[in-house]
Amino acid sequence: MNNMKLTVSAAPHITGKDSSRSIMLDVIIAMIPALIAAGVIFSYRAVILTAVTVVSCVVFEYVWNKLMKKEQTVGDLSAVVTGMLLAFNMPSTLPYWMAVVGAAFAILMVKQLFGGIGYNFANPAITARIILATSFAGAMTNFTHPTQSIDAIAAATPLAANAAGAFAEGGAPYMTMFLGMHGGVLGETSALALLIGFVYLLIKKVISPAIPVTYVATVAVLAVLFGQDPLVHVLGGGLLLGAIFMATDYVTSPYTLKGKIVFGLGLGLITMMIRVFGTMTEGVSYAILLMNLFVPYINQLTRQKPLGAPKKVKEAK
Amino acid sequence: MEKKNNKLSLITNGFIKENPVLKLVLGTCPTLAVTSSAFNGFGMGIAATFVLICSNVVISALRKIIPDKVRIPAFITIIAGFVTVVQMLVKAFLPALDTALGVFLPLIVVNCVILGRAEAFASKNPVVDSALDGVGMGLGFTLTLTLMGIFREALGAGSVFGFAVPFFSANPIGFFTSAAGGFFTFGLFMALAVKLEIAQMPKDGCGAGCIGCKMACANAKTEGGNA
Repeated sequence: MNNMKLTVSAAPHITGKDSSRSIMLDVIIAMIPALIAAGVIFSYRAVILTAVTVVSCVVFEYVWNKLMKKEQTVGDLSAVVTGMLLAFNMPSTLPYWMAVVGAAFAILMVKQLFGGIGYNFANPAITARIILATSFAGAMTNFTHPTQSIDAIAAATPLAANAAGAFAEGGAPYMTMFLGMHGGVLGETSALALLIGFVYLLIKKVISPAIPVTYVATVAVLAVLFGQDPLVHVLGGGLLLGAIFMATDYVTSPYTLKGKIVFGLGLGLITMMIRVFGTMTEGVSYAILLMNLFVPYINQLTRQKPLGAPKKVKEAK
Repeated sequence: MEKKNNKLSLITNGFIKENPVLKLVLGTCPTLAVTSSAFNGFGMGIAATFVLICSNVVISALRKIIPDKVRIPAFITIIAGFVTVVQMLVKAFLPALDTALGVFLPLIVVNCVILGRAEAFASKNPVVDSALDGVGMGLGFTLTLTLMGIFREALGAGSVFGFAVPFFSANPIGFFTSAAGGFFTFGLFMALAVKLEIAQMPKDGCGAGCIGCKMACANAKTEGGNA
């Protein structure tokens, strides 16, 4: 007993078993159903595109860490998650080199230039998607109609069809939209597959339901207020993909429950403003990017007060 | 301070250490607006350099006559005079550049690089030094704008000075010529300038004066922290 070594360290002394790697692995597992759905709906090219994006994300991260002589962070799998999410934001017809450019933006610019994992101020996949969309507007909206043949005809997303008034008579095809047999980017079409991933993440306690639920609820309520079909707005675009996988990114979402609810409300509001009043039919990515920028302020305003602290605490400056 | 080194450093200061755009963060508006092509950036840089040198010289020569209370209006009047000269010359000889630069050419009057150097340097220093400062700052401004223009035009429009770049000319990444791409490129170049300055710094000792040294130390510390 005399030889027992005592380690003196600062709190916290109790730590969980979760690591970046285990959490990222759970997110990857949660995205597998959506990937399978994309493979079924958009044929094998969707899977190849995802592979290209993931591999280039990992390679960019590896090379950057090597060149900058930083600790190698490829092992935490965050680059794989970014790659998959980015691929989920692309139409299946996107040329492969554009996917590589997007991966370079996501990993090198948005993530590594700001200090790597944990320091990025915005979601890398969302920001890269927006840069791709502004650069290659045509290629990024070249949605194919989900049939198994490679030369499928181009088709609008349900949101675009809705904006054009195509659902005015007879109502929207809810079941098709739920299963995902319609045009759109890889990961957004199948609500069913995304919800399976959502349930998995909730069971594994990887994400809290606060952000996705407030986000989707806000969109639905606003859709009703604006006299639109709420189900079309929930199922028809990238809302579920964004709400479940992108808005819940730890680094770029608020810490507290109150903050998460504010975050979700803001996301829903901006999304519906863009969808209803903007020229674009989809607003999820811009909403997430904009709210990402507000996260530090939300965190500051919704900071938890210590138990028993006096009601008005003067901030020491 | 050594006199000879001082004269030379007046010019070289403007390149990286006191680069007007990237380090002093002056004249951001024209920088972001006109660098969507290399030629526009270069043209803007030369026009501003001309005005900068001339106004520095005149303001320096008049620095003892101009009353302190009205110095800013006096500076602006002098600068505006030279801008009018440049504007007429460009309109007469380079109508294409005039169309491309548009309102940003007359707006050189309120370019912070020029007023900033008038206030910070020319109004306190002799004529020759002020002229050299104008040359250095002007060259730094032109160099930065041209490089940013080349970068944005090459990636965003697939050409450099109008000559097609292989691959990119067929597949331009339009983001870089957009306004957002301008801010993006600006940020990249600023980071690069800081990096270059740190590389020039002596590893130990205060070669660049206390402020520069402190900054370098702080930068080195944050870098070390991430490594």
